[in-house]
Amino acid sequence: MIALQAMTPNAIADNFHTTRQAVSKHLRILTECNLVKQEQQGREIYYSLEIEKMKEIDKWLEQFRKIWEARFNQLDNLLLTMKKRKK
Amino acid sequence: MNDNLLFDFTVDKAAKTVYITREFDADLSLVWDAFTKKELLDQWIAPKPMTAKTKYQDFKVGGKRFYAMISPEGVERWAIQEYTSITPKTNFKMYNAFADKDENPELPGSDWDHTFSEQNGTTTVSITIYNESLERMERILDGFTKGMKMSLHNLENLLATLSQRQ
Repeated sequence: MIALQAMTPNAIADNFHTTRQAVSKHLRILTECNLVKQEQQGREIYYSLEIEKMKEIDKWLEQFRKIWEARFNQLDNLLLTMKKRKK
Repeated sequence: MNDNLLFDFTVDKAAKTVYITREFDADLSLVWDAFTKKELLDQWIAPKPMTAKTKYQDFKVGGKRFYAMISPEGVERWAIQEYTSITPKTNFKMYNAFADKDENPELPGSDWDHTFSEQNGTTTVSITIYNESLERMERILDGFTKGMKMSLHNLENLLATLSQRQ
């Protein structure tokens, strides 16, 4: 939702079965992680998504996934060797 | 390697949890050994070109494994694991934390849960990794990338070679 446009906590809460307080709490955490940015406009604070940061995380997770893939490929080879040895 | 072997890698960012499921074309007892015996762990746990070295391991509840991942340049990254629960050939849990070379852990660490099951000679391992802090999750990878960044290309080649071998 906030990937499309900056929104206030109230506007976000209206779209879910939740309270503004709950939304604000989530937004605070996301802001701490630099995943959303806030902009003060008059009395309201508007939140929007840091797309680049999200991409960074996905890139990072993709690398993490690759590490596991490589690991398991090595384990496949090891298991094959172990099986042969047992025979 | 068998292309039909399931590999699932899911991250629940909100729950700070990584879920990994992988099938292996081997009996449960072999897979269990590969995950729980240091001489076997050291042969596969470090993604090439890194290597792993276990200094000691005591596989029992309350026991520990103290090991290092070593980069091609010889940089050692130590970690310590404490086994918190063991049900032989079914499940084991541990608490994993980075450490210095004198075994002093850098907290917080992460909780690991491994579940093993076998069906028709194929063994499925499900791993759940819970991290207390996302920031720490990032450091895990950072530890790897430091040793691996320039070697990622090598890794790709390795994967290509491995898949060609089939």
